[in-house]
Amino acid sequence: MTMTDNRQNTVIGTRQLRREDPALLTGEAKFTNDLNLPGALHLSILRSPHAHAAIVSIDTAAAKASPGVVAVYTGAELQSQWAGPMPCAWPVTPDMKNPPHFPLAASKVCYVGDGVVAVLATSESASRDALDLIEVEYKVLKAVVDVEEALSDANIIHEDLGTNKSYTWNLKIEATEGCVEEAFQKAAFKVSERYVQQRLLPMAMEPRAVAAVPQPFGGDITLYSSTQIPHILKVMAALTLGIPEQQVRVIAPSVGGGFGSKLDVYAEELLCMALARKHGLPVRWVEERSENSMATIHGRGQVQYVELAADKSGKLTAVRVRIKADMGAYLQLVTPGVPILGAFLYAGVYDIPHAYDFSCDGIFTTLTPTDAYRGAGRPEATYAIESAMDALARQMKIDPFELRKRNFIQKEQFPYTAFSGLTYDSGDHLQAAEKAAGLADYVGIRAQQAKQNVPGAKKRLGIGMSSYFEMCGLAPSRVLASLNYGAGGWEAATVRILPTCKVQVVTGTSPHGQGHETSWAMIASEKLGIPQEDIDVLHSDTAISPLGLDTYGSRSLPVGGVAIAGACDKVIDKARLIAAHQLECSADDLEFAGGVFSVKGSPDRAVPMAAIAFAAFTAHNLPDGLEPNLEAQYTYDPPNFSWPFGTHMCVLEVDTETGQIEILKYVAVDDCGVQINPLIVEGQVHGGVIQGLAQALFEEAVYDTDGNLKTTTLAEYLVPAASDVPSITTAHTVTPSPTNQLGVKGIGEAGTIGAASTVINAVVDALSGIGVTSMPMPASPQTVWRAIQSAAKK
Amino acid sequence: MIPAAFDYKRASSAAEAISLVGQYGDEAKFLAGGHSLIPLMKLRLAQPAMLIDIGRIKDLSYIKDGGDFIAIGALTRHMDVEKSALVIKEVPLLAHAAGYVGDAQVRHRGTIGGSLAHADSASDLPATTLALGATYVAQGPKGERLIAAADFYKGFLESALNPDEMLTEIRVPKMNGAKWGFEKFNRRAQDWAIVGVAAWRSKDASGVALVNMGSTPILATSVSDALKSGASVADAAEKAAAEAEPQDDLNASSEYRVHLAKVLVRRALEKATA
Repeated sequence: MTMTDNRQNTVIGTRQLRREDPALLTGEAKFTNDLNLPGALHLSILRSPHAHAAIVSIDTAAAKASPGVVAVYTGAELQSQWAGPMPCAWPVTPDMKNPPHFPLAASKVCYVGDGVVAVLATSESASRDALDLIEVEYKVLKAVVDVEEALSDANIIHEDLGTNKSYTWNLKIEATEGCVEEAFQKAAFKVSERYVQQRLLPMAMEPRAVAAVPQPFGGDITLYSSTQIPHILKVMAALTLGIPEQQVRVIAPSVGGGFGSKLDVYAEELLCMALARKHGLPVRWVEERSENSMATIHGRGQVQYVELAADKSGKLTAVRVRIKADMGAYLQLVTPGVPILGAFLYAGVYDIPHAYDFSCDGIFTTLTPTDAYRGAGRPEATYAIESAMDALARQMKIDPFELRKRNFIQKEQFPYTAFSGLTYDSGDHLQAAEKAAGLADYVGIRAQQAKQNVPGAKKRLGIGMSSYFEMCGLAPSRVLASLNYGAGGWEAATVRILPTCKVQVVTGTSPHGQGHETSWAMIASEKLGIPQEDIDVLHSDTAISPLGLDTYGSRSLPVGGVAIAGACDKVIDKARLIAAHQLECSADDLEFAGGVFSVKGSPDRAVPMAAIAFAAFTAHNLPDGLEPNLEAQYTYDPPNFSWPFGTHMCVLEVDTETGQIEILKYVAVDDCGVQINPLIVEGQVHGGVIQGLAQALFEEAVYDTDGNLKTTTLAEYLVPAASDVPSITTAHTVTPSPTNQLGVKGIGEAGTIGAASTVINAVVDALSGIGVTSMPMPASPQTVWRAIQSAAKK
Repeated sequence: MIPAAFDYKRASSAAEAISLVGQYGDEAKFLAGGHSLIPLMKLRLAQPAMLIDIGRIKDLSYIKDGGDFIAIGALTRHMDVEKSALVIKEVPLLAHAAGYVGDAQVRHRGTIGGSLAHADSASDLPATTLALGATYVAQGPKGERLIAAADFYKGFLESALNPDEMLTEIRVPKMNGAKWGFEKFNRRAQDWAIVGVAAWRSKDASGVALVNMGSTPILATSVSDALKSGASVADAAEKAAAEAEPQDDLNASSEYRVHLAKVLVRRALEKATA
């Protein structure tokens, strides 16, 4: 690693095993469904087998009579439970159309998996068995599956809206009016590409699970949920159910992955709460795997039209983008905002003039709602620009790396104010790209390609690259306001030094696999000079950590981690006053290092934090007016997004007889600024790359023309396993973020953002010599074989 | 993932299992390794009222030298077939194919008899034993009968076993040094083959069978006939799909399957000829 950072860190930057892992690996960790809740009722939900149908009648008599069944409810019967429809927190335009969406459908169903009837029984098997006894008569309507056809409004899904279009969101930046069109007219080179971001199933290893536990007196209720967002969920559940917010406590126990799919407020959470209150008993629900495929949000689902204009040297002169974004049947928590998160990144890492024309239509279909999925909008944008750059290079007959070099924002230009008005805080794209090229042996591969890719070659060699920016660390609250988002982007932390000099770090982030407990303890240890083993991290319970905005969008470290550092600073400032009092000197004369305050120039006049902690607790001898105890809360609202960047390269071979792809090498050079724990960074990059690679080669939520999901189990939905993916060469450059005191940037989504276009660019690179110029995702063997066949016929 | 209610009996011998299945009839299913049946039950695609657990019948797990053939007890785990020195020596194609069933966990639980009796054309071992000309031993209330692999597979998940019969032994002819090739084409290592090929070739004979190229495993007799009449491997492989009726599914159209079968038969035979 090339550390260009000059911080004197001793804990931060060390490679450490995660403190979370022993419990997770031995099965000791407690997930929502592991909770022992005596007397709990089990919820099962009968779901629509039709993509689009009116509910004519429902007969629940046999189910009600089934052994163990306590109650059966239709959507109509529960309508009085809701103070309002389920929340969408991101009305991206003032005129956005948002159909009312309730936990159970009352009069019509709009996707396969839409909830219709809720059964409560004394056991999970009893509630599941009763589902088979419910008779629902449907009047089947025409499914709306294709997002572009949906725009014709030939079959309107939500009649009251009068259209299938939810919104049109525009971002047109022109130095002078009409300059985009002018750039395209004058362009020496133009590319016009269409890409499909297929729908993906997030497939967290732990499906969703919920348990709502009412308190016998006073109306309080505790909601346990496998969620990424206990804090947001608490507010939204209180509003939707009409319960005073202070009576709701939300706890996220161990959570087995989310990838954005648990960044939502779901019907089952609200149903469990409503029914627990109604029956005065705990109510729990756990999702089946195939239910997860249909009832948990999907990711991606966009058709992208991308046009680039370039001058004769290949320098980009304008970018034009039209997106058709599949919302699915309803707007979930941030559904409409997902493509908007990508709207600023369709110029990628390139220096373009103020000639940018982006427009996105959000469109309803009769499919499972989409929402945030790892990278949310930014992988889609990066895929489009990076694939289009390769198309431009092919048209110009120049090397794609060379084309990128001609367009990179240069190191000297940072901080760089982009066409959009956003400031990219730091970057060195050429350095990252050259490092990746060295590790992938770019020059050598090109030479080998010239020898290997002869006509009739059975195995063709390809190399692909992608350079990216990850706009993450969501987010400056004022920027979110300008995007009509319904909340802020700050994060809160409390640091509490106990009488025995043990530490509690309370965070508003809510980990579900990221290793926050390890990393946050490392930050606090670095700041306070207290050993990590003396520091506990408390999280994911709104009674313990009442303030927070949770975990998504690679925000936890650059917002939540920085908040912890800020809280540590406040605690140290207070401790300094006590130390000065004890040492009878001015606070300004003290220096703090290694957990000890000492008088500058007289190191033997010193007092350790342990003594101050105890003194703060006894309060026997504190400076006048100082409150006892060492505790501080700090809320950090980031001044900017965080801007990790990097370059990925992939070397692969295509078997031209079968279409099978073998990845020979994958190189990821990522720059996330200062790394707290390089081992965790590597893990995030590995997971992210595999998830992007999975989109490129394996995964797709396949629907038939009637709107039935064909990939509901892990036999059909191809999540790759360890044996199906390559080893990944990870490397880093370190360009500290200048916008926060730790110099950190997020890394959770970077791998995914870079990977899909890297892999597909390599596939097309391998086959471009035999006439293949594009490759749909996932590039399954059959898809690749067909592309080769159809190119041969041309 | 909650199966419908069912009853459960554990048999301690083949005779007891057959007597139990006679008692419960169509409502009963044998449970061996459970790697085919349990997933179907969890999805409620199978709802047997009675499971007869034969998984602990110790004396049906063995690998013996039967002279011209290797005799394998029906409850022998895939991993034991894969690792058996005897199988590796005498029927190396079968040992190799057993190593491609599912993943390591599946191979430790799943049994060869369970896989064959399930009669899934997408499984590796039905086609492999078919290519090798195996004979299956079925035990029923009236005693044993022998069924040639070529007569065993009747349709999708349908075998020649009567409901009151149980597969007890698989007899695989020794390969006597014949060369072989095995090709499994899939998108993930743990998946069923999109198309698979098991092939062997000796001086004057050959056997080629296809995985997932129809509702049953397919014996590619046209390929063997062509080889016998002196055709080159490449020309013989062109006849790979002559007996097949491949289906369309999410991974492959029938057209692509036919193409893959030709390529993979050629590759398998090249290995069996090298």
